[in-house]
Amino acid sequence: MTDLPPPDAPAPAPPPTGVTAPGQDRLADGEWHRLHPATPLLRGGIAFVAILGVIIVNLRDIVIDIVFGGPDFDEDYNPVTFILEHDYLGLVVLGIIVGLLLTIGAFWLSWRMHTFRITDQLVEVRSGILFRTHRRGRLDRIQGINIVRPFLARLVGAAKLEVSVAGEDANIQLAYLGSSAADDLRREILLLASGTRQATDATAPAAASSGSLVTDRVNELLAPELDPSLAPPESVVKMHPGRLVGSLLLSVGTIIAVIAVVLVIVFSVQLEVGLVIFGLIPAAIAFGSYNFSRLTRSLRYSIASTPDGVRVGFGLLSTSNDTLPPGRIHAVQVSQPLLWRLTGWWEIKINRASSSSAQGAAGQANTTILPVGTMADVRKVLELVLPHMTGDIDLLERAIVSRGGDDGFTTSPRRAAIVRWFSWRRNGVAQTPGAVLLRRGAIWRELVIVPTARIQSVALNRGPFARRLRIAKVRVHTVAGPVSAYVGALDQDFAVEFFESVAHEAVAAGQADRSHRWRDEGAE
Amino acid sequence: MTLELPDTQWRRVSPKYIVVDLVGTLIMAVIVVGGASIAPAVSGNAWLWFIPGSLAVVFLVTLAVTPRRVRAIGYQLREDDLLFRRGILFQRFVSVPYGRMQLVDVNRGPLARAVGLSELKFVTAAAATGVTVPGLPEAEAEELRDRLVGLAESRRAGL
Repeated sequence: MTDLPPPDAPAPAPPPTGVTAPGQDRLADGEWHRLHPATPLLRGGIAFVAILGVIIVNLRDIVIDIVFGGPDFDEDYNPVTFILEHDYLGLVVLGIIVGLLLTIGAFWLSWRMHTFRITDQLVEVRSGILFRTHRRGRLDRIQGINIVRPFLARLVGAAKLEVSVAGEDANIQLAYLGSSAADDLRREILLLASGTRQATDATAPAAASSGSLVTDRVNELLAPELDPSLAPPESVVKMHPGRLVGSLLLSVGTIIAVIAVVLVIVFSVQLEVGLVIFGLIPAAIAFGSYNFSRLTRSLRYSIASTPDGVRVGFGLLSTSNDTLPPGRIHAVQVSQPLLWRLTGWWEIKINRASSSSAQGAAGQANTTILPVGTMADVRKVLELVLPHMTGDIDLLERAIVSRGGDDGFTTSPRRAAIVRWFSWRRNGVAQTPGAVLLRRGAIWRELVIVPTARIQSVALNRGPFARRLRIAKVRVHTVAGPVSAYVGALDQDFAVEFFESVAHEAVAAGQADRSHRWRDEGAE
Repeated sequence: MTLELPDTQWRRVSPKYIVVDLVGTLIMAVIVVGGASIAPAVSGNAWLWFIPGSLAVVFLVTLAVTPRRVRAIGYQLREDDLLFRRGILFQRFVSVPYGRMQLVDVNRGPLARAVGLSELKFVTAAAATGVTVPGLPEAEAEELRDRLVGLAESRRAGL
């Protein structure tokens, strides 16, 4: 997806005068554009400010000592006294000014040299001063577009747009753009990628700008998911903070932590060593901050349907907002951790072809598409992520909660109970016209749905022990991700039949699939 | 009873590959068993000979079943997909639709090259696919690669 210009080609000339800063007009017009002017500050400038802060804090003591004649000023030999004694003050000031100018110049130059353009085939980014990089992504290979707004960037109204293309670390980052420019650009890229011919019709109705810069910023902070050009998509799932807290409390980690704390307290009381309790504090802090970050990033979860795919938003302070075009979801897993059974909550994860986008806002893995939800929520999310299966949602729900038996699944034979003690009745597979369903587990319940058009290959495995039981394992290969699509302990004759049938269906569905240009009906 | 798929005519790999596999395993065995023998030889502790001894047994068994294992490797070009099988004790069948192949690699190790064999590796977007057909005569491997690339091109699908 990425390529450097051929070595003999002259380095791309500095952008011609036609280069425009974002925010002026459409960005996806095939011309080269520059990023948001605050980019250098947001990307590297923060480190610079931090260094400056450290220096100032360290010098503060010395300065206070000099001014107020601190007690140990005379004994201390510090840089400031050195400079003052040798009359280097002018030199130092000059050095600082030159250093500052150089840094600012370098930042400015790197901003000048960092340009991007979007044509109707490609997304291209050129960057670097000495070492030029030139990265290109094909629009029909786009796996998703993520808009991330780290907290500081949100304050200045900037956003990072990440176009993920299939492959390891194959993402094209446009950091940073103006907040509303990023939203517009995403819509335009998606339009171009979708194969719609008249992409130009989609010129944005100008964002409802209220004029004042401050009110704009405030509005964005309060409503970061609001896309000014579309009617704001209504999230189909509402995340209640209480449920989120409950879901974290009901995790195995929490239970273990509570038991450990109780044990430690009991022992320390018994043995009369009270200080042991203080040893728990670091662990408590670590545990608390882990859960707190999970909480804050899931707190403003939203999922909505847009014409160009599913949009998933996360994050409270730093937000991320990911759009997945149709046909970019390679596998879906609905699962239920043991303790969530008490409350009837479920979690949905997906596999997608781009992997480096794993870091969304605050480290949110972009593969969790529903952090916690009831069965009603699961149904709504499944409807969104599997648009071709909306008619089968009832079947899916039955498949998820069923204890096994008459539900369309072919499950493990009775003799496989040796290897699937509790789940042999439930452990099984089914095929619908658009997908393969694989179900596992009676205690930790899971259902994996793989759209047939996304299957990469199918495998059938049997080890020596399974051979004695006349059972086999079928694995459907999809792109790498948290979901693994396999079911073991199937009757071997059925497994062979199923393997053949899935292999056949995968070919047919792959041929018929046109979702890489999802709005381009019929034409290749 | 071994697992069989209905109506399949497996194409087997060259018998010469048995030699390649045997020699490769033998070299590995010498290195590993030799390495594991250093400790008992130096320390003089007779009990430590247990480690290289048991390793040697494992390698002997591996060598003994190698011919059967190589004969169990097979592949078939069906109308729309490539079918691959290997293993006797741990059997594995994989079906890869042609349109899903991202690239086809031809590799030659030093041993295989000495007897004129190549290895064909198929890569899809899923890392788990892992289909590698060893022991193909060089000409056949080249021809197969060109054919598969052609097939993949004509049936190219998205991801």
